[in-house]
Amino acid sequence: MADLKHNEGLLVEEYGYEAIEDGFHDHHHGDKYQSGFITHYIFSQDHKMIAKQFLITGMFWGIIGGLMSLVFRMQLGFPDSDMSWLQPILRGWISIDNGVGTLDPQFYYALVTMHGTILVFFVLTAGLSGTFSNLLIPLQLGARDMASPLLNMMSYWFFFLSGAIMFASLFLSTGPFSGGWTAYPPLSALPQASSGSAGGMTLWLLSLVFFVVSVLLGGINYITTVLNLRTKGMSLWRMPLTIWAFFVTAILGLLSFPVLVSGFLLVMCDRGLGTSFFLDQIYIGGQALEQVGGSPILYQHLFWFLGHPEVYIIILPAMGLVSEVLSVNARKPIFGYHAMVLSILAIGFLSFIVWAHHMFMAGVNPFISNIFVIFTLIIAVPSAVKVFNWISTLYKGNIRFNSGMLFAIGFVSLFISGGLTGIFLGNSAIDIPMHDTYFVVAHFHIVMGVAAFFGMFAGVYHWFPKMYGRFMNDTLGKLHFWGTLIGAYAVFWPMHYMGMAGVPRRYYSFATFDFSNQFDLTNQFITIAAIITFGFQILFVVNFFYSIFYGKKQKQKNPYGATTLEWTTPIDAGHGNWPGGIPTVHRWAYDYGKNDGTMDREFIPQTEPVSPEEKEYDDKHLH
Amino acid sequence: MMYLIGILITIFLVVIIVQIGKVNELTARLRGEKQAAQDGNDWNAKLMLLFMVAFLVGSVWSAIYYKDYMLGYGPNLLASEHAVGIQFAFNITLFFTGIVFVITQILLFVFSYMYRYREDRKAEFISHDNKLEIVWTAIPAFVMALLVVLGLVEWNKSMADVGENEKPVGYVSLEESDREDTYLEIEATGKQFGWILRHPGKDGKLGEKDYTLIDDATNELGLVFDDPKNIDDIVISDELVLPVGQKIRARITSRDVLHNFDIPHFYVKMDAIPGIPTHFVFTPTMTTESYRDHLSQFPEWNVPADPDDPEGPKRWEAFEYELACAELCGKGHYSMRRIVRVVTLEEYNEWLTKNEEKSFYLTNVRGKLGDPFINKKLSIEERIDRRNKEKDAEKKKDDAPAPDAAPSTTPATPETPTTPETNTEGNTLNNSSSSENSNGTTTIGGEVKNIIEKATEEVKKEGEEAKGLIDTPKDGGH
Repeated sequence: MADLKHNEGLLVEEYGYEAIEDGFHDHHHGDKYQSGFITHYIFSQDHKMIAKQFLITGMFWGIIGGLMSLVFRMQLGFPDSDMSWLQPILRGWISIDNGVGTLDPQFYYALVTMHGTILVFFVLTAGLSGTFSNLLIPLQLGARDMASPLLNMMSYWFFFLSGAIMFASLFLSTGPFSGGWTAYPPLSALPQASSGSAGGMTLWLLSLVFFVVSVLLGGINYITTVLNLRTKGMSLWRMPLTIWAFFVTAILGLLSFPVLVSGFLLVMCDRGLGTSFFLDQIYIGGQALEQVGGSPILYQHLFWFLGHPEVYIIILPAMGLVSEVLSVNARKPIFGYHAMVLSILAIGFLSFIVWAHHMFMAGVNPFISNIFVIFTLIIAVPSAVKVFNWISTLYKGNIRFNSGMLFAIGFVSLFISGGLTGIFLGNSAIDIPMHDTYFVVAHFHIVMGVAAFFGMFAGVYHWFPKMYGRFMNDTLGKLHFWGTLIGAYAVFWPMHYMGMAGVPRRYYSFATFDFSNQFDLTNQFITIAAIITFGFQILFVVNFFYSIFYGKKQKQKNPYGATTLEWTTPIDAGHGNWPGGIPTVHRWAYDYGKNDGTMDREFIPQTEPVSPEEKEYDDKHLH
Repeated sequence: MMYLIGILITIFLVVIIVQIGKVNELTARLRGEKQAAQDGNDWNAKLMLLFMVAFLVGSVWSAIYYKDYMLGYGPNLLASEHAVGIQFAFNITLFFTGIVFVITQILLFVFSYMYRYREDRKAEFISHDNKLEIVWTAIPAFVMALLVVLGLVEWNKSMADVGENEKPVGYVSLEESDREDTYLEIEATGKQFGWILRHPGKDGKLGEKDYTLIDDATNELGLVFDDPKNIDDIVISDELVLPVGQKIRARITSRDVLHNFDIPHFYVKMDAIPGIPTHFVFTPTMTTESYRDHLSQFPEWNVPADPDDPEGPKRWEAFEYELACAELCGKGHYSMRRIVRVVTLEEYNEWLTKNEEKSFYLTNVRGKLGDPFINKKLSIEERIDRRNKEKDAEKKKDDAPAPDAAPSTTPATPETPTTPETNTEGNTLNNSSSSENSNGTTTIGGEVKNIIEKATEEVKKEGEEAKGLIDTPKDGGH
């Protein structure tokens, strides 16, 4: 950016903003980088196209992961029902006895494992952060594209490769990996322990290593872009909260994912090279293994060193999107912008020093847990600040309930409900009874599963016009929202009570134990609710693809009356985003509702300089 | 055919859904988009309120509905000492989070409703309020500090290991003051898919293991038989028998993959890790019998345990404490059930005596190839012999009917006395003194103390005998 030719004021009249001439030429004869079908739609280097690729791939995986959950929910809700109708798809994993088909326990665990892996990594990391970081970072910062469009493209294709490998693992005769998404050794390291730990685990590891490559390529690009490619006037403190969230997310990913890979590498060595990083004194398959001296707990440390930041990698982008959507549709500035940024930073920092709260019951020294309890519960403070700020953002607003806004409000509700149960689990004493029960399942599904999905839906509905120049159908969107909100609570709320009765998670059948055998009705209810809720997601998918082609056309550049830069581009922006110069920025992103007697502005775009009358207003209102 | 119909129905539904969306948009255009938007907005604002009421009522209703299912509420008493403190911490947390939950959810949805779009309304420019923000940062910080302190106090209490001055015991003392600095160490070894449970026998010590000696047919724990501590160790596979009111130290380990030693009613949970023994120290406070008695007061426990067998035992009669696995360990993870039977102290001692001859060493190794003590008479055998002879003698003398099979129901029969060692071991004590003392617990406690001391001596002797036999006995029961 050093050799930019600044020529401010040149294009104010034409574009509605002051533009900087940055040497970019709008290619009237077509962008040479995306002239053909392949370079435009497949190996595209345009961040907007890559964002769409991430989103649609994420949706594909979301459907697969969701369907998997329905199959194992069928098993849990209706264990005696005939599953033979699934045989054409699941083949040998359904065993038919006397005409009644039952799901193989091995495959049940494979489904649980794949559901977790797919949803956590492919949908809520790649599909959420990948989509919106790509779409919004350049657009909201006033950049032509990412710092390296090539790395960006590779980031997607490594994700694709990773997905392809994982998909292939579903078809192995020994089944996909079945040792839980956390893949704790020795179970994951020894094919003798579980058939899923044979070829399935090899492909699982390979797939996730490529996935990490994708995250790192993406992340380093996001960080560089945020730090170096902000347009003139876009200081860090003027960035929208979306960008802050993506920025911190990328840093978290960059620092934590490599640790996961190191853990994976050691598992690979234990599996293939006869090392014993995680193995010690094991007798399995009628044989005492020679490998001694390792510690399975070491793997857990490596895993959760990523694993905990990972949940913030998932939820921070959702928080960013929600902050933005709430503010735009409440027609009010986000309340406590600085506090919001600081709490993102605080959460990001703290997320690195709480990992062992997943391991209170893992046999680590109980003294260590004291420290992790303290840090874990401290996270509740910035999280609470965020919730209060979101609620205050609604106060005295003028709220438009479009689909995006509904999902943003739903996000806050879910984040409260799921976040509060985290206070129980983060306290090690209470974690003794709750650890690895359905209470945990309820907690993390609400707070980082469904809530993150709500953030994602808010983002998709809100920025769909930016992606396709059309709107999604709002009626269907609202139907989708109410169905999902009620459905999600119906699915996960009762699980708290099961957890409080001590029912462990990852059980193929609850019939073995008397204490877990008293929830037949509850489990049926949950299963039915899950099927209905999934049905509402189909509504979303239909709406999405229908609207790409037939949705209501976007006619105004800035349909929501938003202040941020992405709405200053043409409706169908090409590679490079802005024809001519890039806009300059004169203010923060949240000047909504400056309308009292002195001035009457519903919103003021970031590109507009501060007028003298506004200065007067600010002096009066901001102390 | 079924699939075809399914696919057709799906397509049909999709078309209907799309049409609904379309029709709505068309009518909106007819009514004027502005008016339609306003109507839709009002509708959703009202739904927000409706949802809030339903959600809050639903959460309270569901809590009441599930009250009798959850541990620590309703009939489900917690049956260990530390669990009560944890439950207190839980309830305090529930209290604070409950307040926050209700207030924030109400504000969220009520604000959404109150400030729904009105054409004449103007949103107010409120960007921040430092005072308010400091207050609502400080309050959660304060509450969290409170919860941290509360939680950590309970945590450190619950996780404390046995002290250095506490002694492992085999037979438990009936005197509370004598039990104070003792613990009973039992062992649970996880395997795919079950728990192998081990009691220490009379010496109170678990013998050494070596995983390379494991053989599923002959030695599934890999016990080192050179170690005399193993002679009286009882290995059982179906149930764990624990004395009530006695501090238990569960040594938890695994021989293959990770497992988790989970007894829900005790709030006991700890990973079992191959190579790294872990432990959990707890004290059961209710016997299985007294828990059943407690449950029998509740109507929902007075139904047949098996709905298909209305004449069978009632639910409360079938109640058992259960040991489960709470760490994914493979395809049989859900099936690692063991019963935990909590009995009175007397019953425990009795059980131990009865099972002495069933010790793993005596039943599987004694007298066979590889028995390290093959030429040696062991005191445990002398004990058992003496006991059997006395039993036979008594039988002849009394000409009594066959001894009762269930010892717990007949604690006072001469064959299986309350403090069994008084007949069989104590030379200074005769039968009459034993029956006299069964009325006064204090003296029994004293007797038991004698017995324990005697037992310890005997065990020491046994160990020395064994040492004489083997050149380099291995150390430690780890």
